[in-house]
Amino acid sequence: MTNITMDTRSDVSKTRSQPLLQIIGLKKYFNIGGRTLKAVNGLTLDIQQGETVGLVGESGCGKSTAGRTILRMYEPTGGEVLYEGKNIFRYSAGEMKKIRRQMQMIFQDPYASLNPRMNVEDIIGEPLDIHRLAFGAGRKQRISELLQLVGLNPEHMSRFPHEFSGGQRQRIGIARALAMDPKFIVCDEPISSLDVSIQAQVVNLLKDLQKKIGLTYLFIAHDLSMVKYISDRVLVMYLGNMAEFADSDSLYRNPLHPYTRALFSAIPVPNPDLEKKKDRIVLQGDVPSPLNPPSGCVFRTRCPKAMDRCSCQEPEWREVNPGHFVACHLYE
Amino acid sequence: MEKILEVKDLYVSFHTYSGEVKAVRGVNFDIYKGEVVAIVGESGCGKSVTSQSIMQILPTPPAEYKKGSIIFQGQDLLKKSEKEMQRIRGKDIGMIFQDSMTSLNPTSKIGSQIAEGLVKHQKLSGSAAWNRAVEMLELVGVAQPDRRANQYPHEFSGGMRQRAMIAIALACQPKLLIADEPTTALDVTIQAQILELMKGLQKKLDTSIILITHDLGVVAEMCERVIVMYAGQVIEAGTVNDIFYNSKHPYTKGLLKSIPHTGMDRRESLKSIVGTPPDLFNPPAGCPFYARCERAMKICGDNDPELAEMEKNHYAACWLNHSMALASTAGKEGV
Repeated sequence: MTNITMDTRSDVSKTRSQPLLQIIGLKKYFNIGGRTLKAVNGLTLDIQQGETVGLVGESGCGKSTAGRTILRMYEPTGGEVLYEGKNIFRYSAGEMKKIRRQMQMIFQDPYASLNPRMNVEDIIGEPLDIHRLAFGAGRKQRISELLQLVGLNPEHMSRFPHEFSGGQRQRIGIARALAMDPKFIVCDEPISSLDVSIQAQVVNLLKDLQKKIGLTYLFIAHDLSMVKYISDRVLVMYLGNMAEFADSDSLYRNPLHPYTRALFSAIPVPNPDLEKKKDRIVLQGDVPSPLNPPSGCVFRTRCPKAMDRCSCQEPEWREVNPGHFVACHLYE
Repeated sequence: MEKILEVKDLYVSFHTYSGEVKAVRGVNFDIYKGEVVAIVGESGCGKSVTSQSIMQILPTPPAEYKKGSIIFQGQDLLKKSEKEMQRIRGKDIGMIFQDSMTSLNPTSKIGSQIAEGLVKHQKLSGSAAWNRAVEMLELVGVAQPDRRANQYPHEFSGGMRQRAMIAIALACQPKLLIADEPTTALDVTIQAQILELMKGLQKKLDTSIILITHDLGVVAEMCERVIVMYAGQVIEAGTVNDIFYNSKHPYTKGLLKSIPHTGMDRRESLKSIVGTPPDLFNPPAGCPFYARCERAMKICGDNDPELAEMEKNHYAACWLNHSMALASTAGKEGV
């Protein structure tokens, strides 16, 4: 394990010129029975070294597809992902395998993402084997270090996934992702399937690791209060499109897009006094089918502020305040 | 206020090949007419088993009601035969489940599923029941109820299916509605719609609701009283204000602290509760929270604290509230 301790915040400002990851116009379409499902329809985003970018939206908005396409687990339909300035979509399979060491993923479901027939040693050791990074006693040593790093007892190395609780399994998933010494990790709803008291344990672990080894995260979630807490900047998606992007304080203090506003007002907060006073915006209807998205602005069918032009013209992605981007005709 | 349900000293176990799981261990609570009560707790704390015991829908075996009584309208439900229960389920007590896709019959029209209870309990004719079903769909906010009643569950979205399930549960105007994680599987904007609907209907029909959830935000929004369960026991009960602002149990306090609150600094770390809940094959002799509690005392490991009244209608099971706990220990965390 590298022993670099760094102040992530000052690091962000230092490397502002060269983001770790630049996502430019990323598109991923799926072909479903001859029809096109635009799961991700133009995603542009810079991620700085050492920061956490939150990606939020409702189910079906394309956030998981975006995370997977960024890591090239899906072949993209269009766009570029520059990792340290180089377009990874141009890489050959061999080059991709090499770069994967630096880009890892933590999955949502700690039950489905661990092979039930492998013990913990082999689960965490598998990436080490594939990339030929450690053998014999060194491999065991490395696995034991990783287990300690995520707060598990190295003596439990020979146990199988079913012998662990949900939170512990998620720790195993994190240890597996860390085995390659990655710089960038996509966390795809890593806490959604955990109980409240366990969620806090895992989030604290992710934050500690970030401080200790300077990790950069793309944190995908639908739990907005957790996203606010963990992220430096947050992107809101709706039906495959970007709705709003800002640093998390200004986004939560001053949400601009009507969808972001409705989303925030819909979260029940664990504070009965605030709940009683709250003026909730309840959106009507369901999210439209991504196979047949509305014309113009995709949110207009549920938007309380929709105007005539919203149905014919797609809103542009524009910077309304410094660092605060929104795609909405209300801010032109 | 009229008491409509009284759960007294309920013990429920499951017999498995690995041994006896003591899922519910001495649960007591009352539900009054027209109130919304939350049962909160982590997975495996016994909240769903408690609610399914009230409905008597646990398969026996493996489940066994070891002890206690569930008094509904003056009668003990645990002493009812299956036939008698069938006359209560859906008529006097309605239930909404978490997963609407597996709880609805995929081969039957939504309208027929709502009408079924009306024909059985209210002896309506087929066509009268169908018309009533269409009215119910309208009541729960399904657009074009005439057309929708003729559709099947797969033609409904998740939020719409949950509305249909509410229509089924409320069709016979039950006195008690048990909602087991009704919005957990839904997106937040859809959850807001369903909670709004449930609140409106509750006021209109004056139904008592037991809302089972793990989301403390939903509790703050919906409920008047809260029952907190841990490892098969009620560890604290009180009004929402008692629980959120004046909690008397370290577990409840820990739960509230482990969620980020508004205005929290990102550099601050969350207060998590260490460890995991105890194994219910072999529950500890003392307080079930002993191993995870930061403020555990000697007595906590040996003796299980009783649920005692702290203030009017505010109960907690914790030795820290006992007069023999040192004030310095008990007052350390003045939350």
